[in-house]
Amino acid sequence: MKELAQHAAPGTMVLRGLSERVASIGWGRLVLWAVALSGAAAMVYRLGWGLGASTNLSDDWPWGWWIAVDVMGGVALAAGAFVVAAWVHVFGRHRYEVLAKPAVLTGFLGYLMVVVGLLMDIGRPYRIWHPIVMWQPHSVMFEVAWCVMCYTTVLALEFSPVAFEGLGWRRAARRVRRAIVPLVILGVMFSTLHQSSLGSLLLIAPYRMNPLWYSPLLPVFYFASAVAAGLATVQLEASAAGRFYGHRVGSALMEGLSRGLVWVLVLNAALRVADWVVRGTGPWMGPVTLESALAAAEVGLGMLVPAALLAVRSLRRRSAVRLWAAWMVVAGVLMNRIDSSLVAMRQSASSAYWPSVLEFVVTAGIIAGGMLAYDCVARHWPLFEAAAEPTPERAAAEHHRKTVEAPAS
Amino acid sequence: MPHAGAPISRRALLAQGAGIVVFTLAGGAASQARASAAPPDAADDAFGMLVDLTECIGCRSCVYACQEVNGWRGDPERPEPDGEQWTAVREVAVPGHPDEVRYVRTQCFHCLDPACASACPVAALRKTPDGPVAYEADRCIGCRYCMVACPFHIPRYQWDRALPLVAKCAFCARRLAAGEIPACAEACPTGATLFGKRSELVAQARRRIREHPDRYVDRIYGAVEAGGTSWLYLSDVPFEKLGFPAVGASAPGEFTRPVMAKVPAVALGVAGLMAAVRWLEGGREAGEAGRPPAGKEREP
Ligand code: SF4
Ligand code: SF4
Repeated sequence: MKELAQHAAPGTMVLRGLSERVASIGWGRLVLWAVALSGAAAMVYRLGWGLGASTNLSDDWPWGWWIAVDVMGGVALAAGAFVVAAWVHVFGRHRYEVLAKPAVLTGFLGYLMVVVGLLMDIGRPYRIWHPIVMWQPHSVMFEVAWCVMCYTTVLALEFSPVAFEGLGWRRAARRVRRAIVPLVILGVMFSTLHQSSLGSLLLIAPYRMNPLWYSPLLPVFYFASAVAAGLATVQLEASAAGRFYGHRVGSALMEGLSRGLVWVLVLNAALRVADWVVRGTGPWMGPVTLESALAAAEVGLGMLVPAALLAVRSLRRRSAVRLWAAWMVVAGVLMNRIDSSLVAMRQSASSAYWPSVLEFVVTAGIIAGGMLAYDCVARHWPLFEAAAEPTPERAAAEHHRKTVEAPAS
Repeated sequence: MPHAGAPISRRALLAQGAGIVVFTLAGGAASQARASAAPPDAADDAFGMLVDLTECIGCRSCVYACQEVNGWRGDPERPEPDGEQWTAVREVAVPGHPDEVRYVRTQCFHCLDPACASACPVAALRKTPDGPVAYEADRCIGCRYCMVACPFHIPRYQWDRALPLVAKCAFCARRLAAGEIPACAEACPTGATLFGKRSELVAQARRRIREHPDRYVDRIYGAVEAGGTSWLYLSDVPFEKLGFPAVGASAPGEFTRPVMAKVPAVALGVAGLMAAVRWLEGGREAGEAGRPPAGKEREP
């Protein structure tokens, strides 16, 4: 008994110390760390034992969950970076600049996550550099590889001023900021190519895919729906930033974004429906199947319902409605990536596919890792503060606002 | 970037910019025309194979020969090719005749305009002038886009290996180069697998159909499928009933090459458009603010 008591004292000390640490880290972060570390362990297993041992992929299903969600879905959700950056720096809507830095960070981290997902998925990850020197310019995959490389670099540069300022390198930050417009234009260019090329990838499978998804317009669909996904992600991100970092964005901006989203969604839905009509297919033809239900849900629940919600002014003003709509859009676009790259192939496969637990764990780990990285940047670097030195256009707009529009607007 | 200032000259410049965009788009269209006009690599005097399913007795000599020549091991009775074997013989019951079977050899069709080759980002798969679609293992990154692309579901993956490769019939390219014929054709005791120039094999197949219209269905599978393949099939049972995939006459690459040809034009078009918008917006901001555009003065 005596011995036990002696041991208990340091034991409780350790426990108390631990619980204090947990309180300071926060339960949310602890969970994220746990998920990220399990993901890392799963990745080690995948790399050591191979794709067959860790996934449910097969010759019937050469592409699975990782390509559909981690790559196709991840790239679409990262589209907020180029949409917002272009709106601010090209279209000169400087009011939205508060959204730009976090959106660019999300885009950058999103692309890093996509690269990790790709490394997991390709059979020989150490050869990932091959497309740099081994060319096959007719291959859509070749274009995809180059777009990932170039756009990740551009995003890193676009984001670098925040890092430089966080590190106290004022001059470097100023230098990059001076080049922001050309950088953003390059970013828009690579994003346009990349978002659409993911759709073009599937164009090579006309004899395998369900006609509900196979269309010569696939590249256009992928681009347009990525713009919607990007805008919705920015909404969700802004609300999370308000909640977790106390960085509240004026609701006027959010309403502005929502109004833009309505147009994008209507355009998306119109394209999809028109394409179905012209090609004589569509979920309304024939009996209800898994495929027709999913295709209808993509357009109905993922585009039309949120568009209708956001089109009504009184509803648009309520942040809860805006969030619901944003979630629906994100879910709809993710679903579209899963449907077009997996479900659409079901008709030509002779067996079924359902992702393995390990495939899910890796995806969850990548997402948790991305969130931890975001959290780290948000806490240590000036992500939500206005730039110490504004960009030249920003200065002009600021001046303009003060001299011409002031004090209204 | 020189800033001329007045919105008028901006507009003129925008017009020029639009001209450049149109020009590059037209260039893209022209190069697209070139791309789709390019004939498939293989001329008709390249090698091919004719598999006459009415003559196959299911002895699997072709499978054993392939295993021996290429060093594969495993059960030769398996019905489908896999990561350790390039060809396989599948036994299919004839629909409506439960006691009758056909033996269907399956392997790469060596398409004239192979989808796998136009998919592969690193050109690990290539159509050779002799006929074979060759796989260069040292280049392959394992993206498996070739597997998605192939309309015949041919490329297999070595799923049980930590560092897998793509596996598919090589058309004994090495033996062809040495003047020998493919091992499976050499081993076939009935002549069900015939080797020769593709053009001659097509003529031969037509003749067989003409001379025995009662024996064959009037179709050479592979003559036009996916833009034509080096391997051709004859059968007395409709091909769909034997599990041959329904593949249209266009090579899948025909659907992606035009898109790829547009890439430079789209890139320049988007960049030009963005630059033009920025230019106009800069002019608007500066004009409204009543001062020279932003780029001029910086840093106090
Ligand atoms: S059958 Fe498939 S793997 Fe063989 S050449 Fe054609 S596309 Fe390539
Ligand atoms: S898996 Fe290999 S051979 Fe197939 S497309 Fe990818 S890199 Fe090319």
